[in-house]
Amino acid sequence: MASGRVGNRIAKLIICHGSSISSLRAWPTTAAFTAQPWTCLGSRMAAVQELAPFGARAASSQIVRTRMKSVKSIQKITKAMKMVAASKLRGIQAKAENSRGLWQPFVALLGDNPGISVKKKVIVTVSSDKGLCGGINSTSVKYSKALLRMNALMGADKETKYVIIGEKGKAQLQRDSRKAISFFVGETQKIGVCFTQVAMIADDILKKNKADVYQVVFNKFASMVSFLPTVATVLSTEMLAAGIDGTGGGLESYELEDVDMPSEIYDNLAEFQFAAVLYNAMLENACSEAGARMRAMENSTQNASDMLERLTLTYNRTRQTSITTELIEIISGAAALEG
Amino acid sequence: MLSRQGVRSGLRAWCAAATARPLLARGFADAASEKKEKVFGEAQVTDKFKEDWKKIAPNFDMPKFPSNFMEARPPVSPTIPAKLTVNFVLPSQYELQAKQVDYVIVPATSGQMGVLPGHVPTIAELKPGILSVHDGTEVKQYFVSSGFAFVHANSVTDIVAIEAVPLDRFDPDEVRKGVQEYNQKMNSAKDDLEKAEAQIGVQVHSALQSALGIS
Repeated sequence: MASGRVGNRIAKLIICHGSSISSLRAWPTTAAFTAQPWTCLGSRMAAVQELAPFGARAASSQIVRTRMKSVKSIQKITKAMKMVAASKLRGIQAKAENSRGLWQPFVALLGDNPGISVKKKVIVTVSSDKGLCGGINSTSVKYSKALLRMNALMGADKETKYVIIGEKGKAQLQRDSRKAISFFVGETQKIGVCFTQVAMIADDILKKNKADVYQVVFNKFASMVSFLPTVATVLSTEMLAAGIDGTGGGLESYELEDVDMPSEIYDNLAEFQFAAVLYNAMLENACSEAGARMRAMENSTQNASDMLERLTLTYNRTRQTSITTELIEIISGAAALEG
Repeated sequence: MLSRQGVRSGLRAWCAAATARPLLARGFADAASEKKEKVFGEAQVTDKFKEDWKKIAPNFDMPKFPSNFMEARPPVSPTIPAKLTVNFVLPSQYELQAKQVDYVIVPATSGQMGVLPGHVPTIAELKPGILSVHDGTEVKQYFVSSGFAFVHANSVTDIVAIEAVPLDRFDPDEVRKGVQEYNQKMNSAKDDLEKAEAQIGVQVHSALQSALGIS
């Protein structure tokens, strides 16, 4: 599970940090103190060799103690991050739920046509700026790539471009689809998502990419544990004016108020729909991000406390072993003297 | 004891009947007023899309679509319904959700347009002005910035606006000042963009002025 991966990543951080400290304090020694107690923590960590400072028998307990301190601080950090994510979620969840009505009139009028075959398509991938939020960004990117392949399936002359919102999506898509990226919008969450900002972004996207269909890929916040990847389709002005099959009822049956400017009306309709859909998408994705981060941090805290328990046991065992060894030496020495 | 059991089962049956009765009688209005979208409608996805999806991404579930999350709209009835169903949405909230009213007057670009049940399907772009919702003797007035109004064949009206504020929230002095300010800006505009922005300001403020009934 993705959050398990985060926990393991944090665990590896601790190990590297711990071993670097011990190597700083270790004098060169021929005997490597193999860390037997570590085998209980799984094969991934057994590969780390512990070097105790020369001549110090109880040194390994110091290593364990350092490690315990790091794990405890990691636990506190992840707990705090979870609280922060929870408070962010509360704020943004109300906004997202209220914005859900915004795109409904457009879908009621124009219908939902995700499989439409067009010459030029723009896929807007909504992702987060910050990490440690579980698998939602990978999901967005996965589905964007699938949509691109689907468009390619429909013909060799079909062109698809990405517009990426959010740093994490850019990092993932840059690796293999660099050419297909049109442009990138970052740092949208700094001032919070508001309709004015989204309208400006939408305007930018529409100006720089004249496409027939815009598809927005985002994670819809269904509940605290479920984030559903969703694809919202917006048709451009030309498609609306041309009147495509499959639109709800066909726009021909609708009379246009102010008939002398139909193209302007279609223009505004397409642009407004795009801004509305993008607004809802960004809010929902922000909600999903906060929820996923809460879950990931919760799992990390749980992993850290489990790790702390095992470290405590190891520490006690090491400590008791060293005491026993000392006692044995003293007693056998005394017994030898007595004869 | 038997009588208690009987009472309990009777109570359960009564509860079931009570919850079932409203469900049966539930029309579009009640179903749509449930903000928790637990009931997913059918996605309007073509079979070709499903096939293509299976070809390119057999291991992923199909994504969800907005049509999954929308309640189905009522069908077009042969007779003109008695009341108009109005959905008035803003980016920040659902202002009116599936409200049954007598008629609404929307500020379309071609003038104030009245929408009654049985109105011909229309797409109207809105200009800044007053939107009034009339239900019997109740009249609710909002000043809307701009947006769209869709009237469907089934007498459902969707009004989407960016900002809508009840009229009593406006300060007349500020409105007057705004008109003067934007008129000045329009006269001193250097390029087309500034002129357009000033024009929008003048339009909104004059509409506000006439809406509030001040000179």
